[in-house]
Amino acid sequence: MILISTALVNNFVLVQFLGLCPFMGVSNKLESAMGMALATTFVLTLSSVASYLTFHYLLEPLGLEYLRTIAFIMVIAVVVQFTEMMVKKTSPLLYQVLGIFLPLITTNCAVLGVALLSLNRQSSFMEATLYGLGAAIGFSLVLVLFAAMRERLSAADVPRPFQGAAIAMITASLMSLAFMGFSGLVQV
Amino acid sequence: MSLMHAEQTAIRHPGDSGRLMAWVAIATLPGIITLTWHFGWGVITNILLAILMGWSLEATVMRLRRRPIVATLRDNSALVTAILLGASLPPASPWWLLLVGMIAAIIVAKHLFGGLGHNPFNPAMVGYALLLISFPVPMTQWTAPLGLLSSQAPSLSDIVFHITGLSGTTLPDTWTGATALDAFKNKPETVMASEFWATSPLPEGARTAWYSVSLAWLAGGMLLLYQRIIGWQIPAAMLGSVLLAATVLYAVDPSHHGSPLFHLLGGATLFGAFFIATDPVSAATSRRGKLFYGAGIGLLIMLIRTSGGYPDAVAFAVLLMNFTVPFIDYYTQPRAQGHSRPNHGIKPPPSSNEDRR
Repeated sequence: MILISTALVNNFVLVQFLGLCPFMGVSNKLESAMGMALATTFVLTLSSVASYLTFHYLLEPLGLEYLRTIAFIMVIAVVVQFTEMMVKKTSPLLYQVLGIFLPLITTNCAVLGVALLSLNRQSSFMEATLYGLGAAIGFSLVLVLFAAMRERLSAADVPRPFQGAAIAMITASLMSLAFMGFSGLVQV
Repeated sequence: MSLMHAEQTAIRHPGDSGRLMAWVAIATLPGIITLTWHFGWGVITNILLAILMGWSLEATVMRLRRRPIVATLRDNSALVTAILLGASLPPASPWWLLLVGMIAAIIVAKHLFGGLGHNPFNPAMVGYALLLISFPVPMTQWTAPLGLLSSQAPSLSDIVFHITGLSGTTLPDTWTGATALDAFKNKPETVMASEFWATSPLPEGARTAWYSVSLAWLAGGMLLLYQRIIGWQIPAAMLGSVLLAATVLYAVDPSHHGSPLFHLLGGATLFGAFFIATDPVSAATSRRGKLFYGAGIGLLIMLIRTSGGYPDAVAFAVLLMNFTVPFIDYYTQPRAQGHSRPNHGIKPPPSSNEDRR
């Protein structure tokens, strides 16, 4: 239920409008979008687990809850660094394709958003993990589909004032309209 | 096997799409006539107004882009979009509702993307979904199926007043009501399906009206199939998946789910299967892709109908699957004779050595 809710009904990109920067930035090519989707899925899930542990076993006992934003940013940065090293070792090709975008996951607002929002939901450890995974699946799904859509749009006869980012934004808004159809699917 | 798919003529031979779309317009006639018979003149005013708006909007865009106006209007695609949107809105909708819907359909969904052949989303359904989200109240008030000739039915002048908003009042309650799917969706959780039907929650004759309208759309769809305007893949896959999902749900828990027949005929399922989902531009193009596309629409319809917030989900299901079409096409490209499987996956970027050369 949490999976469906975060992946579809409250999709982070199209319904909550978080993580729009990589959504617009990496969706030019389907291949790099897929790599980015995989990397982000990994980072999101891991960072939501790590930030849960940090909050409940480090910040709370010390009474430092007000430091959570900074602490989460640091946790996310560490996870991203770890992912970057791992991708570099295991798949140099993917590393080359992703290039600058891999370290940029750190600044993906969806990653921090997931950590903070799952805290607000007072969720258990398992729920927090699923929340991160669901958000990641939703993000990946939308990113990959949007990338395929943009490849097609690059061949379309778009009026000049609307070419490039403008039509991409309009497409994203229509996709968001379609995602409204999922509202009310799961009550969370 | 024909060498040329009928579906692709819209792109390959721009001159032919006029004939193609004209056939689609003709095939909507049985549905429109039945709708008018049951729901009154409001259906016709809807469609006529929508057509007028569609033509003027398209002409405006073409003028702005300095493209030939008449040639574009003659591809008849604006006509079909207008008919489809006009037929899916509640009869005798106010003019501003139609205008907002047509602007979303013709300008945003179609011409901003480059016009016919380039629009990734079905224009009529973009207009419908936008209206449904923005104006839920006028969008869910269907006129009661009083019949065209009954004395209680609103007269033509009443309808004109309602469309223009001149009368200042809304239609009396006896004229309006929820659709069958809507009423069934909003029944209390404790009420069994059989009890629900026993209380006859709908105006008299509503179910028959809806069923006969659906059958009329089916007849139009058969004409399109016979003329090879549309392929069998999308309607078959879509209706099959709706039927399968509805049968499974009904078999598991008949007390809370509508019967498969109800899901097939009670709403816009047949209309969507033959007229909306088969839009040659926004649907998947390969044969295998069409099967996936149709089945996806059917499953999404049932998902949103049974547990989502909207009673009839055809518009959203079609838009959501439109959104996956480039992806489906990418993975179901037919292989050319003698070629191996298309090479998907991550390809290396041009290496730096080549760049230096």
